[in-house]
Amino acid sequence: MREVRMHADEPFCGAPLLRRGLTPVPLAEARDLTLRADGQALLDGVSCSFAAGRRTVVMGANGSGKSLLLRLMHGLIRPTSGTVLWRGAPLDRRARARQALVFQTPVMLRRSVLANLRFALAVRGVPRCARRARAEAALEQARLTALAHRPARVLSGGEQQRLAIARALACRPELLLLDEPTASLDPASTALIEQAVDAAHADGVTVALVTHDAGQARRLADDIVFLHAGRVAEHGPAAQVLSRPRSEAARAWLEGRLHLGP
Amino acid sequence: MDGFAEVLGQALALILSGDPDLVEIIGLSLRVTLSAVALGCVLGLPLGAVAGAFRFPGRAAVVVLMNALMGLPPVVVGLLVYLSLSASGPLGVLGLLYTPAAMIVAQTVLVTPIIAALTRQVVEDLHGEYAEQFASLGVGPAHRVAALLWDARYSLLTVVLAGFGRAVAEVGAVIIVGGNINHVTRVMTTTIALETSKGNLELALALGVVLLALALTVNAAVMALRASAVRAAYA
Ligand SMILES: Nc1ncnc2c1ncn2[C@@H]1O[C@H](COP(=O)(O)OP(=O)(O)O)[C@@H](O)[C@H]1O
Ligand SMILES: [Mg+2]
Repeated sequence: MREVRMHADEPFCGAPLLRRGLTPVPLAEARDLTLRADGQALLDGVSCSFAAGRRTVVMGANGSGKSLLLRLMHGLIRPTSGTVLWRGAPLDRRARARQALVFQTPVMLRRSVLANLRFALAVRGVPRCARRARAEAALEQARLTALAHRPARVLSGGEQQRLAIARALACRPELLLLDEPTASLDPASTALIEQAVDAAHADGVTVALVTHDAGQARRLADDIVFLHAGRVAEHGPAAQVLSRPRSEAARAWLEGRLHLGP
Repeated sequence: MDGFAEVLGQALALILSGDPDLVEIIGLSLRVTLSAVALGCVLGLPLGAVAGAFRFPGRAAVVVLMNALMGLPPVVVGLLVYLSLSASGPLGVLGLLYTPAAMIVAQTVLVTPIIAALTRQVVEDLHGEYAEQFASLGVGPAHRVAALLWDARYSLLTVVLAGFGRAVAEVGAVIIVGGNINHVTRVMTTTIALETSKGNLELALALGVVLLALALTVNAAVMALRASAVRAAYA
């Protein structure tokens, strides 16, 4: 497999374009996604996009379909109907290699912290000679160097989540998908993870992050997708959604009438 | 009871004296069984891993077959291998009947389904945990099998041990295809069977003690290894 190209080589970044008043380029786009299971629509006509270079925060109550949307965008599951586009073309294996998904519960191999990173790099086709340096750089970035030789599965929840993010970023994705990375973590761990997300974004990585933490949405979101019962209730710039929500669901949430979880 | 204590004393003396016949029999037993388990691993681990990590047409039938073959009666295996290796059988030209090689073949047939079926279960459970992460990373088929086998290594030790226990204690298959020929194909179990019927109880009991000690040692070692693996969350 070819090595994933460095995002630094990418010719554009969404944010500057936006400042010049142009429409942001959708890196990944959901078009009219419907997902049915047992005759029930889990997602119903979902259309939204993750603009290049921006941080899109996906919000919604428990069971509203946030995790399913991330899995669909990443190509882990197929929609019943509708399409997922990557740079305007249907999502395929190669496009998925440009993305990295961090699951809500980190999946760690039964190996050391370092070995977990090296495995991901090997799978993504990074030459053997480059793996070690890149894995160590990723650990440094995640402040996990001291734990490099620890079995990954004995790490704390926050450390495992940071390792999962480091593993995802070591693959140098263009799009980083994170499913509630800070759910059930203490404030200190949450801060470290938000820093990691910020650093990735500053490096030009497009971010899509699921959360039901309002504070986190305020801190991180450029754009917000608000899901309600499997539909997009609202999709727009964070400032607008958080101050002048158009949908009843987002309004109810902001006014404290709708509790998103956990 | 006096008789038993006396026989046990003689048996222990036999073991401690390093009786050459005893050593030869134990040596052949280990050679045959370890070879069969090694072959069983070469065949059974990948087979079980593939059945545990992939969905393919006919998979359910393969799994049922592997599970059913786990319970193969050793004498039936012995008979089938005997028929294949006998002069008029399909593999008769090899001239393997009544050699240690024939015994290795029989025990391999016996342990491969055990290793394959248990590996399938272990790998399937682990794959359930890893599947989405692997799909996300884009792990290819060969890499998937290798990674699952490696990450299941401590559970698989127990699987291999089950195969070893079954093979080393088995008498029906090796006696049929080996013939229990002195200095050629006599292993611990066949010797115990023969010497007991001949009334040569101290040799039989000495081998029984060794067999028991072997089983205990191997089990204890694997348990200890697994315990350390559990502490590292590797199991
Ligand atoms: N594989 C599945 N089969 C059937 N229903 C599912 C499946 N996965 C998720 N669901 C259901 O779809 C809804 C949305 O799930 P999910 O996207 O995980 O919600 P959340 O917004 O909390 O992440 C939930 O009601 C869930 O029970
Ligand atoms: Mg979820």
